[in-house]
Amino acid sequence: MILIVVEHANGKVSKSTWEIVTASRELAHQKGGDTSITALVLGGGEGSNIAPIAAEIARATDQVLVADLPALAQYDPELWSAAVAQIATEGEASVILIGASRSGREYSPRVAIKLDAPLLEDVISLKASSDTLTAQRYTYLARVTETIEATSPIAVVTIKPGIYTPATPRTESAEQFDVDLNLPTPRLKVTGKNIERSSRVGLTEADIVVSGGRGVGSAEGFTQYVEALADHLGAAVGATRAIVDAGWRPYAEQVGQTGKTVQPKTYIAIGISGAVQHLSGMNKSKTIVAINRDAEAPIFKIADYGIVGDVSQLVPAILTELKK
Amino acid sequence: MRILTYLRQVLDAEESVRITNQAVALENSKLVMDTMDEYGVEEALRLRESGVETEIIAIAVGPARTQDALRTALAMGADRAIHVETDLRLDPIALSKVLAQIATQEEATLIFSGGQQADWDSHALAAATAERLQWPQATWTSALTLSGTTLTGKHDADEGSESFTLELPAVVTTQQGLNEPRYPTLPNIMKSKKKELRKESLDQFNVTPKLKFLAAEIQVKSRLNKILDGKDAPAAAAQLVDLLRNEARVIA
Ligand SMILES: Cc1cc2nc3c(=O)[nH]c(=O)nc-3n(C[C@H](O)[C@H](O)[C@H](O)COP(=O)(O)OP(=O)(O)OC[C@H]3O[C@@H](n4cnc5c(N)ncnc54)[C@H](O)[C@@H]3O)c2cc1C
Ligand SMILES: Nc1ncnc2c1ncn2[C@@H]1O[C@H](COP(=O)(O)O)[C@@H](O)[C@H]1O
Repeated sequence: MILIVVEHANGKVSKSTWEIVTASRELAHQKGGDTSITALVLGGGEGSNIAPIAAEIARATDQVLVADLPALAQYDPELWSAAVAQIATEGEASVILIGASRSGREYSPRVAIKLDAPLLEDVISLKASSDTLTAQRYTYLARVTETIEATSPIAVVTIKPGIYTPATPRTESAEQFDVDLNLPTPRLKVTGKNIERSSRVGLTEADIVVSGGRGVGSAEGFTQYVEALADHLGAAVGATRAIVDAGWRPYAEQVGQTGKTVQPKTYIAIGISGAVQHLSGMNKSKTIVAINRDAEAPIFKIADYGIVGDVSQLVPAILTELKK
Repeated sequence: MRILTYLRQVLDAEESVRITNQAVALENSKLVMDTMDEYGVEEALRLRESGVETEIIAIAVGPARTQDALRTALAMGADRAIHVETDLRLDPIALSKVLAQIATQEEATLIFSGGQQADWDSHALAAATAERLQWPQATWTSALTLSGTTLTGKHDADEGSESFTLELPAVVTTQQGLNEPRYPTLPNIMKSKKKELRKESLDQFNVTPKLKFLAAEIQVKSRLNKILDGKDAPAAAAQLVDLLRNEARVIA
């Protein structure tokens, strides 16, 4: 059995999970025989919307296990790892697929330890043979692609978002089962939340991302140049750590090592120097466009198109041109 | 109390990456303490300076050269260091077995480790160590205070950030923004030479990795590098828009 842990938000299965379904189908095919795919939905508590999520994922897997429990109202690494390890053990899972979101990467190592299994982290491709699992992943801030191999009857895998093509659902639905879990009491107590969501297209889902750095000059400059261009192009907006730290933009928009990884068709970098930590979050973009007044800025080394010049003159000129 | 700060020695972020024999070559390159780990050393020192009575032990696992990174931690102010010397490349799940055992031996109640490894890009070590010790964890922290055995702070989550409290013992991961790591001063570098740097062998930790590193390659996507001069802004803008529309065909 291949076990998928479903990521969901606002009563919907997340795109990353549809991508994992594709990965699981490829794996099941390679493993052959009667390898089944089971989805596990964790959540519950007041106002939770678990039923539609379970129904949605039932159209993509062979079986759905639902843990709709008040104790699972809030994500916690100890809760999530206990739940996943218990289900994996009971179902004798051979591969456990988890999204490589911040939380997925946080609780998956605990699952691996509980199951005495290897962890293949943040993978971009997977290949199964009878007793090994081979994976590829980016390392060295996304500058290197490494191949790793796990030799074990069971392995925990986190799948990098944005790599696999999202699966399409079938018309028929798999059976759903409620499960009971032995859960620990969370020890990290969350006392406050500062949720940051962008009103635009999701950063990791957009075809075009327009990002700004310190070169936009100020928070107002970001609105005037980056947001204006993004809105014209129907693009998502991104930011460098430098301007997130300066309070110009919310953390949700940060691209890079400690922010989001994006891989859009087009990435437009405005007033961004191109530090390796930023590049690691966007260097796989298909076409990269850069505007920077410093011809030596490292961003130009990975740019397909660019202009050396001042943001305050160039972006308004580009907007004028686009509107012609 | 006793704080362990786990650190790794990695290629300096500014250095270019080279591959030989299917692995990243580190010879003749500048190697430094992983930046993400530096924040942990610094935070331990700050906790002590804020009045927490603690011994600070820097730990590293790796080849002989790794001791340079431990020396840096000692020069920053750590009290002593433990170096588990090995040429074997261990994945984080295997590595956590070493770290958890040392934490138990040293009766530590707080472990710091970087949020993401600059070389292997992994986030896994802290959580794996916490699980082996049956401790809670707080990852990606950006603010921390300790009063008694209660750790209070802020950390990044999937969406935005959260404030939290946690009772020690715990494993905590650190990142940019938590603090500004200090540079070792000359007198402190001199003093650190007398500090204990204990060598251990990997054998006693009974580690059997389940992961093999097969190959590494650099896949550079070739870029067009068509960079225009922007002195005449309207002309450059027109040319860029034309290229994006008619050559790259990425905008309407
Ligand atoms: C552990 C760690 C993790 C990190 N994680 C991230 C991360 O996730 N994401 C991230 O982005 N960074 C990250 N950083 C920070 C990174 O190293 C850089 O400091 C940051 O990316 C720089 O942001 P910037 O390009 O906006 O600013 P700068 O480097 O200051 O660049 C500004 C650029 O704008 C240009 N410019 C200025 N004025 C104009 C103008 N009027 N017109 C045109 N161009 C102009 C300048 O020439 C310059 O190239 C991390 C750092 C560390 C140590
Ligand atoms: N007047 C200028 N003209 C062109 N580039 C500049 C100018 N001033 C600063 N820079 C570049 O901008 C970078 C620093 O940006 P900032 O921190 O915004 O001053 C440096 O790397 C310089 O190359």
